[in-house]
Amino acid sequence: MITIGERINGMFRDVKNAIKDKNASVIQEIAKKQTEAGATYLDINVGTAAADQLDAMRWLVEVTQEAVKTPLALDSQKLEVIKAGLEVVKNEVMINSAQGEPEALDEYMPLAKEHNAALICLAMNKAGVPQNVDTRIEIAATIVEKAIEHGMDMEKIFIDPIILPVNVDQKQPAYMLEVFSQVKLLSDPPPHITVGLSNFSQGTKEKSLLNRTMLIMAIAAGLDTALMDVLDKDLMDTAICAEMILNKQIYSDSFLKAAR
Amino acid sequence: MQIANVVDKWTGAVKEVTIGATKDQGGTREKTVTVGGAKSIPFMDFDGDQGKRIVIAMDVYDIPPEDWPESLLKNYEDVVNDPASWAKKCAEEYGADLICLKLDGIHPDKGNKSADDAVNTVKSVLEAVNIPLIIWGCENNERDNEVMPKVSQAAAGERCLLGGATQDNYKTITAVCLADGHNLITQAPVDINIGKQVNILVTDLGFPLDRIVMFQTTGALGYGIEYCYSIHERGRIAALSGDNQMAVPVICDVGHEAWRAKEAKATDSEAPQWGSFAERGIMWEAITAVSLIQSGVDIIRMYHPKAVSITKEHIDKLT
Repeated sequence: MITIGERINGMFRDVKNAIKDKNASVIQEIAKKQTEAGATYLDINVGTAAADQLDAMRWLVEVTQEAVKTPLALDSQKLEVIKAGLEVVKNEVMINSAQGEPEALDEYMPLAKEHNAALICLAMNKAGVPQNVDTRIEIAATIVEKAIEHGMDMEKIFIDPIILPVNVDQKQPAYMLEVFSQVKLLSDPPPHITVGLSNFSQGTKEKSLLNRTMLIMAIAAGLDTALMDVLDKDLMDTAICAEMILNKQIYSDSFLKAAR
Repeated sequence: MQIANVVDKWTGAVKEVTIGATKDQGGTREKTVTVGGAKSIPFMDFDGDQGKRIVIAMDVYDIPPEDWPESLLKNYEDVVNDPASWAKKCAEEYGADLICLKLDGIHPDKGNKSADDAVNTVKSVLEAVNIPLIIWGCENNERDNEVMPKVSQAAAGERCLLGGATQDNYKTITAVCLADGHNLITQAPVDINIGKQVNILVTDLGFPLDRIVMFQTTGALGYGIEYCYSIHERGRIAALSGDNQMAVPVICDVGHEAWRAKEAKATDSEAPQWGSFAERGIMWEAITAVSLIQSGVDIIRMYHPKAVSITKEHIDKLT
C-alpha cells in the first residue's frame, strides 16, 4: 500500500522544538527512519505553533529533502503554506489536502496538475465532516467529477473520507467501510482511498491494536493508502499481510521482507 | 458507437538479462543474447513495449540420450556422442539462439562422469559454437555442488546462464555465478511461492536480480501445461504490476517434457489412430512451445529442429 509517514508534524513536541530551534538533524533523523520503515511519502506539517508557517514549511521541506529522496506530502489547511512548500520541493510531491467543495477543488486541482502532484481531497464541505455514508459519497463523487473535468490522472487523486476517533462515535467505523467500497465504484480506474489512521485511535488506551485492526478491515474494503505511523512495525507488517491475503502480492516465505 | 479503450497500463517491467560475452566483454562469443524487458503481457503491443524477442535454446547432452524416439534421434544420429558437434549442428544448421548444455552425465545414475569430464565438455562446446551457453547441472545436489563450481570457473568471463538454484540448494551455485560473472537460473517445482522465495534467497546473498532467469518445472501439452501456463501468467502479471522479485525473465523446458509424452513416442503400430508418428512428436513439442510463449516466457528449451522452426515462424507471425 501507499503509506504516508505522519511523524514530521509540528504537533509532536520534538518536531515543534526542532522547528523553533531550526534543528535540522532531528527532522532528518525522523525522515530517514520513516524512509527505512518503508514510507512511500513523508508528511510535512508545520503544526500550529510555528511563528511563520510559510517559513517553517520551506525550512522543513528543504532539510527533509537534504536527507532523503522520499516524496513529500505537504500538509496544511492553508493554501499559502502548501504553496510555500511547493516553491522549494524538488522531488515527487503530494498536496495534503483540499476540501471537497467545488470552489476549493477548482483552486487545488490546477495547482496539483501544474506541479504533477498527487492530491488528497477530503470528503468534507463547508458544513463540516459528514456523519453519514451518503453525504460522504456525494462529496467523493464531486471530487471524481472535478478530477475528470480538470483532466487529472485518477492515480493522483486520494480521497480521504475522514475517519473519526472510535470513542467519539462508534457508528462511524462501519460507515467508513461502506464508504470505502462505494468510492471504489465511482470511476475506472478508481481514485485512491486514504485516511489519517492515527486519528481513529486518538484518546484511546490501545492505539496500536486499534490502528492495526481498523487498517485490516479498511484494506479489505478497498483502502489502499493511509497517513499513519510507519514506525509501528506491527502496523506495517499488518498492512503487508492484509494486502498479501488479498492477492496483491505473491506469497513467499519471506513475503514481509519482499514487500519492503 | 464508440469502442471502449481496453489498453492496460502496467507499472512494472521485466528486467533484461544478457547471456554471453563478446571478446570486448571478456568472453569469446561472437554475439550475445539479451532476454526480458517486457512492459506488457505477451504480444499485446498496444499495451506497451514487448521487450526482447523470445529466444530458442536447443538442448545438447553430455551423454547420448537413451529414450529418444527415432523421429527425434534421426536429426542427431551423427552427433549424439560428441556434444561439440551436436552444439555446432544446432547453432549452424538448426538456428538455435542459444545452446543449453545439460550435464546429465554427471548424475550418479547416468554415468557419474567426473568434474574434469564436464569441464572438458563445456570447453569443447564453447570452442565449437560462437553463440551463448546455458549450462545446467544434473539436479543431484551433491554432484552439482561438486561439479558446477569447476564448470563455472572453466567458463568464467563467458557470462553463461547456469542452472539451477533451488530452495534447498542455492548457496554454492549462487556464489560461483557471482564469482565468475555468470547469470543464474532459479528453480521451483510448479510453485509460484517457492519461485519467488528462491529469488529472495539468492538476492539476499548479494546476487543481482538483473542476472536471474526463473524456471518453473514445465508441464507439456496434456501433462500439466495449464498449471505451468497459469504460473507463468500470474508471475508475469505480478512483474508488470511492480513485484520486483518476479520481474525477471522466464525459461521453460519444452523439448524434454514434450518428448516424454506417450503421444510423442508411440509408434504408428502402437497408436495407429493418433496420426503419423513422424509428425506427432514434432507437433507435440511445437504446440507446447507456441502455447507457452503466450504465458510470458523468454527462453524456450527445445529438441526437434522442425518444432523449432514452427515455433520461430509462429513468433514471427505474432510479433
